[in-house]
Amino acid sequence: MSAIYILWLREVKRYTRSRAQIVASIAQPLLYLLALGFGLGPVFQKAGEGSYLQFVAPGVIGLSILFTSIFSGIGLLWDRQFGFLKETLVAPVPRLNIMIGKTFGGATVAILQGMLIVIVCLIAGFRPAHVSTLPLALIFMVLIAITFAGLGTVIGSKLQNMQGFQLMMNFLVMPIFFLSGALYPLTNLPWGLAAVTRIDPMTYGIDGLRGAFIGTAHFSPVTNVIVLIGVAAFFLILGARAFARIQI
Amino acid sequence: MIQVRDLLKKYGDVTAVAGVSFDVAPGEIFAFLGPNGAGKTTTIQMLTTLVPPDGGTMQIDGLDPVRQASAVRQRFGIVFQDASLDSELTAWENMEIHGVLYHVPRRTRHERIERLLTLFELWDRRDAYVKTFSGGMRRRLEIARGFLHTPKILFLDEPTLGLDPQSRNQLWTHVKSLNESEHVTVFLTTHYMDEAERVAGRIAIIDHGKIVAQGTAAELKQQTSTDSLEKAFLALTGTTIRDERADPAAQMRQFAKMWRR
Repeated sequence: MSAIYILWLREVKRYTRSRAQIVASIAQPLLYLLALGFGLGPVFQKAGEGSYLQFVAPGVIGLSILFTSIFSGIGLLWDRQFGFLKETLVAPVPRLNIMIGKTFGGATVAILQGMLIVIVCLIAGFRPAHVSTLPLALIFMVLIAITFAGLGTVIGSKLQNMQGFQLMMNFLVMPIFFLSGALYPLTNLPWGLAAVTRIDPMTYGIDGLRGAFIGTAHFSPVTNVIVLIGVAAFFLILGARAFARIQI
Repeated sequence: MIQVRDLLKKYGDVTAVAGVSFDVAPGEIFAFLGPNGAGKTTTIQMLTTLVPPDGGTMQIDGLDPVRQASAVRQRFGIVFQDASLDSELTAWENMEIHGVLYHVPRRTRHERIERLLTLFELWDRRDAYVKTFSGGMRRRLEIARGFLHTPKILFLDEPTLGLDPQSRNQLWTHVKSLNESEHVTVFLTTHYMDEAERVAGRIAIIDHGKIVAQGTAAELKQQTSTDSLEKAFLALTGTTIRDERADPAAQMRQFAKMWRR
């Protein structure tokens, strides 16, 4: 238990200390928010869908959580050769505890990052519909963070070199984001895209966030929560197995 | 303290360790010398529970690293060839995490952290981030950390690689003094013959996965009728240069060099 805690604490400490990195990590979501929010705003309005900034803000919050949590796992690749991970793998602690401490540490960092982006969105003019549904939004932020920290651990445990990292970025992380409905509504999509969005677990996270923040959702919150818990459990089990097989 | 019989490890059709046998007595300093790719690191990885062997037997303090991994891990400390500190944390925090992972009770932990950091001349810098440390300081911290849980054996895999003579000298002085005061058995690998001769009681020379000679430095010189350990080493292992296959770790090491300040 103390091992899980200290490894979790390590991840959180590293995050809160990297001020420059925190500022840099705001840049990308901010760009999406401002460029798309104001750039596509007029078209969106004309189509009768309301404010695009309102619509896209939950997507941007989801994006920052997705990226932060997946990267914390992919960091394993570097960490096991040139970092602290090696030291933990020879310690008299079960691998599972190390994996739990590290994955949930990564998820916690992603939640903190997500909250930071919520504040950035509020400053940019985003206004949640009801205060009462904000706790629900937090639940979705937590679920997204855990799901993709788990996926990150799977990838980070299996990757062998830096080329694989680029590959994952282009063929997994970006598609998860772009095919999730973070940037466009899920209604009236061509059937191909509609089918793909329903396979992407991020779709349910974004939809849940949007439902909680602005009150418009495609699926019911219960569906979203159940799908995310299922996928999170699946990735965590897969992550634990992959992590147990890491060889130095 | 360490007993190895006919240890075997294959990677595909490459035999990394081909039937190695040796004994290390309690309190001894034992050096493992060999050209690149001879099987030094693989042997250490098997002894330290990181890689399962394909044959042979091992005992660490009477325990089997394969079947009793956790108990074995509690009994050794290790300094890896590549850095394994968290450079975003302070020296103290790195020590503290190690102590928690090795189940050292809080009071003992804090006493020993102070004692070891003082001994390795890092106590004044305990609250500084490791990223501000020089290569020599990082190595000292890693070795201090390896001693924290009072291990019976300390494994050092090329600990002085890339250090200046002053840092190397100081590092071995500390290791020797702890070997005497805490009776820790030390198992080391190095490419510096002078270090092995100065520090180690006994030396084993490994090449192509097999031990080609073992004994004290004097015995090895006598065996080969040479007047220095370096000449004895070359007489035993030949003068051809070994090209290591660039595995992912080696590629990343190359990459890391580019980014190191």
